[in-house]
Amino acid sequence: MTVTSKEGQEVAKADLVTLTIDGVEVSVPKGTLVIRAAEQIGVQIPRFCDHPLLAPVGACRQCLVEVALPGPDGEPRTMMGPPGRVKPQASCTLTASEGMVVNTQISSPIADKAQQGVMEALLINHPLDCPVCDKGGECPLQNQAMSNGRGETRFVETKRTFPKPINISAQVLLDRERCVLCARCTRFSEQIAGDPFIALIERGALQQVGIYEKEPFESYFSGNTIQICPVGALTSAAYRFRARPFDLVSTPSVAEHDACGSAIRVDHRRGKVVRRLSGEDPAVNEEWITDKDRFGFTYARQDDRLTHPMVRDEETGELRTASWPEAFVVAARGLQAAGATGVLTGGRLTLEDAYAYSKFARVALGTNDVDFRARAHSAEEEAFLASTVAGTGLGVTFEDLEKVGTVVLAGLEPEDEAGTLFLRLRKAARKGLKVVSIAPFTSRGLAKMHGTLIRTAPGDEAAALEALAHDGEVALDAGGILLIGERLAAVPGALSAAAALAGTTGARLAWVPRRAGDRGAVDAGLLPSLLPGGRPVDDAAARVDLGTVWGTTVGHEPGRDAAGIVAAAIAGEIGGLVVGGVDPDDTADPAATRAAIGAASFVVSLELRATDVTQAADVVLPVAAAAEKAGTFVTWEGRQRPFGKVLVESHALPDLRVLAGIADELGTPLGFKTVEAARAELSELGGWDGDRVAAPTVSTGSTTRESSTTDGDGLRLATWKQMIDDASMLDGDDYLRATGRAAVALVSAGTLAGLGVEAGANVTVTGPGGSATLPVGVADLADGVVWLPAGSDGINVNRDLGATAGATVSVEGGAA
Amino acid sequence: MTDTLTPVLSDNWDAERSWTLDSYADGGGYDALKTALGMEPGALIDLVKDSGLRGRGGAGFPTGMKWGFIPQDNPNPKYLVVNADESEPGTCKDIPLMMASPHTLVEGVIISAYAIRANHAFIYVRGEVLHVIRRLQRAVQEAYLAGHLGKDIHGSGYDLELVVHAGAGAYICGEETALLDSLEGRRGQPRLRPPFPAVAGLYASPTVINNVESIASVPSIVRNGASWFGSMGTEKSKGMTLYSLSGHVTRPGQYEAPLGITLRQLLDLAGGVREGHELKFWTPGGSSTPILTAEHLDVPLDYEGVGAAGSMLGTKALQVFDETTCVVRAVLRWTEFYKHESCGKCTPCREGTWWLVQTLARLEKGQGTEADLETLLDQCDNILGRSFCALGDGATSPITSSIQYFRDEYVAHFEHGGCPFDPAKSTLFAPAGAHA
Repeated sequence: MTVTSKEGQEVAKADLVTLTIDGVEVSVPKGTLVIRAAEQIGVQIPRFCDHPLLAPVGACRQCLVEVALPGPDGEPRTMMGPPGRVKPQASCTLTASEGMVVNTQISSPIADKAQQGVMEALLINHPLDCPVCDKGGECPLQNQAMSNGRGETRFVETKRTFPKPINISAQVLLDRERCVLCARCTRFSEQIAGDPFIALIERGALQQVGIYEKEPFESYFSGNTIQICPVGALTSAAYRFRARPFDLVSTPSVAEHDACGSAIRVDHRRGKVVRRLSGEDPAVNEEWITDKDRFGFTYARQDDRLTHPMVRDEETGELRTASWPEAFVVAARGLQAAGATGVLTGGRLTLEDAYAYSKFARVALGTNDVDFRARAHSAEEEAFLASTVAGTGLGVTFEDLEKVGTVVLAGLEPEDEAGTLFLRLRKAARKGLKVVSIAPFTSRGLAKMHGTLIRTAPGDEAAALEALAHDGEVALDAGGILLIGERLAAVPGALSAAAALAGTTGARLAWVPRRAGDRGAVDAGLLPSLLPGGRPVDDAAARVDLGTVWGTTVGHEPGRDAAGIVAAAIAGEIGGLVVGGVDPDDTADPAATRAAIGAASFVVSLELRATDVTQAADVVLPVAAAAEKAGTFVTWEGRQRPFGKVLVESHALPDLRVLAGIADELGTPLGFKTVEAARAELSELGGWDGDRVAAPTVSTGSTTRESSTTDGDGLRLATWKQMIDDASMLDGDDYLRATGRAAVALVSAGTLAGLGVEAGANVTVTGPGGSATLPVGVADLADGVVWLPAGSDGINVNRDLGATAGATVSVEGGAA
Repeated sequence: MTDTLTPVLSDNWDAERSWTLDSYADGGGYDALKTALGMEPGALIDLVKDSGLRGRGGAGFPTGMKWGFIPQDNPNPKYLVVNADESEPGTCKDIPLMMASPHTLVEGVIISAYAIRANHAFIYVRGEVLHVIRRLQRAVQEAYLAGHLGKDIHGSGYDLELVVHAGAGAYICGEETALLDSLEGRRGQPRLRPPFPAVAGLYASPTVINNVESIASVPSIVRNGASWFGSMGTEKSKGMTLYSLSGHVTRPGQYEAPLGITLRQLLDLAGGVREGHELKFWTPGGSSTPILTAEHLDVPLDYEGVGAAGSMLGTKALQVFDETTCVVRAVLRWTEFYKHESCGKCTPCREGTWWLVQTLARLEKGQGTEADLETLLDQCDNILGRSFCALGDGATSPITSSIQYFRDEYVAHFEHGGCPFDPAKSTLFAPAGAHA
């Protein structure tokens, strides 16, 4: 467990209190609880309900200690209770004070007996099913019963039993008879996640964790309750009865599902990940992770996982298995023959892999046609990333969010798109942070942060940002932070307005992308105008800087961006494509992306699993999943989060090794074949201290859009991806997927009235490329705007409607 | 020290329709309110301090001192909450008081709220006593109509809103912080202290919580003065109070007498233990107070006297048991009550009461040995002073005290292979003259 209160800062002497614990004098910061002061001298007082990140409750009484306070004469007086008896105190609720004398179970027979009494009481109704309990072997109750309990029970009567287990969600199961009613899970849900859908009900020994039947325990963070449960009462459907903790190997790692870089612990056995837990990192995720980070790991072992290289057989035209050397040769020859080649990668690469793609494009293919943005993007965004983000190192941090007065969110829904960031914002908001969101409606996440909505139809974000400069209510100044989501790339002028707003108000700005590899890709130069470390392509000094390390020259013309590469491939200007982990349906124009892959004369695909791209590719090269390689993710803060290879027996090759193999055959070696070597070269390259690209100054275009949110008869489309949706990286855990929020089209009450249907009825949303039918709901949207989840319940907005955020769609009651 | 009854609170209980405003006013009701409104609030607090009035809910904390703890510089509103969740086994004083003379309480509330500068007061009544709730609601309505409640009471510029709130029937809600949670609409479970209610109570605002009888005593103190009140009772336990006699007694009921009277005197007034029987054991203040025996007949029933005898004055609920009663059986019934009412928040009380019941049930059937008594006492030792609130402490009182005085009777169960008593003989419908 971690103590985050003082962040390791030196504490002034006046802020310390000195007390004596078991005869040892210790000074701790004012406000420190006795149970934690004891940890400072290495004394562990047993506990169940206590958790350093939850408010004290004092319910389990396991941490009783004998306490004396100095009287008027300075002599310590033992705290007494019912007539004439020493009253041991709960050390988890008692604040250390000057001159206090604490005697724990080590030095006080009274405290020791009190603890043994509580432990005996906890065990009378606890089943002796440790041999089949998931918690057995890592159970605080089991461990502390051994260290602080009686050897033999005196309870010979009948234990309380309950039917077992019951589902409190699709993923989380509750064995009520194992529960010690510490209320950690209910307090987590209320205090941390803000999803109080579980609560204690009934009383006495029949008290139990219950659910509110009309509201399911639908939380993106429910898995944390399992991890902090001090007994085996809460288990996950995914892990229940799968393993014994002492058979597992635990390896620390970093979560690959979003740009937060949460510390995780990966438990694996015989080369297979069995479960993932939250790691502890006070600076990043404290002790919490999202359910996606916890349960989303089975994607790497689905049936469609690629295991061998494949090349397209010249005679049959079918893909056939090939050896690595053959595949490298075929890929190299094909690319040479194809002529001009573009490189498209997704946002899931490690920093090292991204660097390899960046160098591969420039050195082996001799092109700047490289882009990681498999989503809506713009030249304005590229300028924004080059000027404000690339290679800037650690900027705004998670901890900074707790120190400022105001945070403005724009184009970002943290609960869906960066769950760990959401938890930190909510924590800060509970302590007084003002959260303001430029968004189409008050999302559940915003409500849980007690945030203020600046209701903004998609497309109008730039104007909203400009207006903030003069907003007396928000009063943004140097004590504020702007968190800008990647979705603003699709809104002309928005990123320019954000940069300008930061400039005029002094507020700090951070760009929060959705994916784990996005920030690393920016830093590694996976952009047509940007080289590694934020070096501009068109800056001669930057090219020289890079050429010194690379030993080669780099093209000085900025290349095509992802949309440009797609268009050029369709037009036949580009013959070859190297595609690394791109799902065409994620791109702004899925049809065009598919067409480009079809049109290209030679396609090399680096992939985990069979996709539309691998089926169309000429060479398919399987690559390692996150657990099968070392690497580094760069968080939205700019923090490097290196991790080692978890599944050490895996022979899967990281992207950079595969690219090095092709580069060798092309006769232009990358110069590294391992993650370590790539890391070393990145480090040798260092940062860029030369001129940066200027921030973009695209006009908002608000004059054209301001007129009305209703464009003709249609509605303006707002959309983003929910955290738990149809994403392929959630494949394989149906329990997890079942905890996702159902797809609902949200409109204003006024718009709903115009549709002539009730909330909950089906509506059909039609865009330029097709339509989708789903239930309708009401939110505080502006009239004339409809919100859809971008990829839930089988509906992919890009693919099925042919529309992206800001587009005009029509909505009609009933199914199509 | 006087040995006569001193009816003050119960003085008007025999009046015609004593619960009406007219009847109460005929006896000088609400005169004290007018006096109080002419005084400075601080002077009222001093008056109650000087009177020596101590909380009648069981703990005996000085009422005036409690009022003085309210931080008057706190910007939040201040609240007065009357604890009318009378649920302690044997205790039956507040409910008769509210039935017979609800206006005594209402007048006390207005004066007390004025003293602590509260503009909002609540009476939290246990939900089962619907007849009492209706009487209180009517009394409050009458008080509003008469201008005793509401805006600018009798031209004083003082405003007070009074709400009668019905609880949902949980013993724990008599614990003051659980009561506050319940009043706020949550599950009634005791709160962590500090912060204490005087600083952050109802809706995190300064709150005074007093027992019905304490508040109902305030008008008489205003009317007659602190020295009048102090002339009754003993040195540290001043004033009159309601003693509730129940069980094997000829005339059970409320006996209002000065603090310090003895059970022997009260039994004389009540016609003694039921005819043909003799006193075996009794509780001084409900089941949570350790039982006493015939040897304690002359213990002065004030806070100090009962404390010196190893028990607590509690709610002055004197449950009287004669020699037909099996103490093991009685203790088991009480313990079942605590098990049923344990709120479940803390381990010692929740699991401990569950275990105590099972152990006692076994012992009552004679399935035990003297070693079980040691285990039972050790269980109590692990609950007393280890639980979150006093409910757990109270649950151990009947067990430890009964083993202290009647260990032989427990042993007799083991030797007899079951209960040696005829339970029918202890019932009040048993034929007169029946013997154990």
